[in-house]
Amino acid sequence: MMKRSKDLVVKADNYLLEIKALAQSPFTIMEVCGTHTVAIAKNALRELLPDTVRLISGPGCPVCVTDNSDIDRYLYLAAQPKVITATFGDMMRVPGTDKNLQTLRAEGADVRIVYSTQDALELARHNPNKEVVFLGIGFETTVPTVAVSIETAKKEGIVNYSVLSMHKVVPPVLRLLAEDEELVVDAFLDPGHVCAIIGIEPIEFMAKDYGKPGVVTGFEALDILEAVVMLLRQHDEGRSEIEIQYKRVVKAEGNPHAQSIVERVFEPVDASWRGIGLIPQSGLAIREEFSSWDAAKKFSLPIFHSKETPGCRCGEVLKGLIDPTQCPLFARHCTPMTPVGPCMVSSEGSCAAYYRYSQGSVN
Amino acid sequence: MCLAIPAKVVTLDGSIAKVDMMGNERVISIDLVPEVKIGEFVLVHAGFAIEIIDDESAHETEELLLEVADAYDEEK
Amino acid sequence: MERIMMAHGSGGRLSHELISTLLQKHLGNLYLDQMNDATVLPGGEQIAVTTDSFVISPLFFRGGNIGKLAVCGTVNDLAVSGAIPQFLTLALILEEGFPLEELEQIIKSVAETAVRAGVKIVCGDTKVVERGNADKIFINTAGIGYITNRLVGPEHIRPGDEILITGTIGDHGIAILSEREGIKFQTPVVSDCAPLNRLIDAFYQPGVKCMRDPTRGGVATTLNELAHQAGVSMLLEEVNLPLLPSVEGACEMLGLEPLYLANEGKALVIVAPEVAEEVLQNMQAHPLGRFAARIGRVQEGKPGLVLLETPLGGKRIVGMLEGEHLPRIC
Repeated sequence: MMKRSKDLVVKADNYLLEIKALAQSPFTIMEVCGTHTVAIAKNALRELLPDTVRLISGPGCPVCVTDNSDIDRYLYLAAQPKVITATFGDMMRVPGTDKNLQTLRAEGADVRIVYSTQDALELARHNPNKEVVFLGIGFETTVPTVAVSIETAKKEGIVNYSVLSMHKVVPPVLRLLAEDEELVVDAFLDPGHVCAIIGIEPIEFMAKDYGKPGVVTGFEALDILEAVVMLLRQHDEGRSEIEIQYKRVVKAEGNPHAQSIVERVFEPVDASWRGIGLIPQSGLAIREEFSSWDAAKKFSLPIFHSKETPGCRCGEVLKGLIDPTQCPLFARHCTPMTPVGPCMVSSEGSCAAYYRYSQGSVN
Repeated sequence: MCLAIPAKVVTLDGSIAKVDMMGNERVISIDLVPEVKIGEFVLVHAGFAIEIIDDESAHETEELLLEVADAYDEEK
Repeated sequence: MERIMMAHGSGGRLSHELISTLLQKHLGNLYLDQMNDATVLPGGEQIAVTTDSFVISPLFFRGGNIGKLAVCGTVNDLAVSGAIPQFLTLALILEEGFPLEELEQIIKSVAETAVRAGVKIVCGDTKVVERGNADKIFINTAGIGYITNRLVGPEHIRPGDEILITGTIGDHGIAILSEREGIKFQTPVVSDCAPLNRLIDAFYQPGVKCMRDPTRGGVATTLNELAHQAGVSMLLEEVNLPLLPSVEGACEMLGLEPLYLANEGKALVIVAPEVAEEVLQNMQAHPLGRFAARIGRVQEGKPGLVLLETPLGGKRIVGMLEGEHLPRIC
């Protein structure tokens, strides 16, 4: 409710003054997290920052980076008789090769939007003659909630519940970005809710080994402005550290309890990121002892080798190499209603955020 | 990548808590923060408390909420 | 429990009973009681006509039900067009097996709301379809209103005009969502479903240029339509949007935007700047307009472009609703 107070404007002005004073030369910051992308666009922060400070969007939208083959695989599963697909609303419009969950539902598939894995488990309890499959999408923030549901299903003997894990983790993609020589990023806004779970240790290599300072940031406009100030101060003082701006939530050690639950249920595997490609140890698979609740093992699913859409430059957008508006398809062939690439699919995708909120997109 | 909002724990029952999110109540899981107590604020993501918040601004939110809720009740 | 059977739609005795013991009983009046194929009504030279069908799940929600909605929706369409709503038709499509008790509750709401809005239900129709061929009950209402000297419409909108809304945004959308399977939560939010014609009578004066009720698609979509039709740009001020904290909280929880949530008892009103303050005060003096607010203004600029100024002074686009407004977690 900060947004109605005058304090907000005063504080923001102070941050902006300091940013202007510190940013004497060009400084590029990548916001890794899609929720930051949306917060920046909704608050029109780019417009308020001086020209020297450039904010670019990174690969932090789990919907966007879900591989085409994974999408075709869950669409295949969702079309099976007796299967109830339980999913976060985010996935409904994501296009596979020729369908999405909404079109499947219109054709008769049983697809339910849930807010939580608890709701998905409840569906399984109420529909013992059906197979409830939860689509496991999300980064470290969401993974523990899925892990809990799998442990609960095992404990309670809920045999008609399973998860198709397409989960991904953030540190490996950060390393990939840091090693990309084309990419010009001076510093990172690190994802607040991911770090609430994993803490800062898993991303400290960014500051130590690659000299890329980072600030773990909250999601209010003021949080983001304060984080920009903190990054500029590090730069000004020649420091390279991972600092926490979002202290009211994030502890340096994260949430060890959640980490251990994830550790019990999931193990790291190589994973394909849409638009980026295979990243070693960047995905999470369900461990062998929970295989009865692993939809990938429970159902015999064909392997898909789906192609990426030609002409789509999402790979470059996800890595921050180009702005969405620099893609020739943007707002012409590719819109939120008819998304061509992953970044337009999710409301958190950089392209969708630019399309919906940015004045640049109408010119 | 992950929406999460603050909520105040109203009741506790095993691994389940009822929380208040600006006047809305929902049952959530506290499996990820088993040490949480009634009256504390937690960060809720997808129906789970993922962390306990130590934040005064959460209390400010609550006060403002009560003021407007009163005004709204009068109308009904 | 008594239930709707296929025979209730047969046109035979059961149909007749349903009409006389339930529909006519609650809705009867001078015109409806003519019971002819068409009803003869008194009228002026020019009338306004509208029709709308209502399908909603759940049928009963905090602040109303499908019956109340079916009256309000049509009354409001007439009222914001500058007409004085007079007569409504009522057509029911019932699913076999639908409990009569629920039907009676719905019809009572139709009756109460019609009284509140000062309109009469003057003819109707009832059909029953086999179980599974409809979802419990669908309602269609058509409405007739007398034309007044209220000249309202997007063609009157000019840069410099002010944009008012008669109350808080998104209440109906959240009230409905909170009862959906898989999302359910308890909320103090009550649907704003209400007939607006009395409120409009209370604040209308020359200088009110255009009125619209922002139902599906919400305030954002309605203003986009108006901006397109009028060939103007609009600028909203985020700090001035009237929003219940519980609506805001629910939106944050579900990843939704209040500007895209449905309203069923609100009007967007575009007024000339010189009367804006007086119109606003008259709105606020009426029980349905207590939280009325000035939310933005019409300006020169790219036709159809609706912008919103954030609390920090940045500006962003507010586009039309793209597809279904789905809850999300990321």
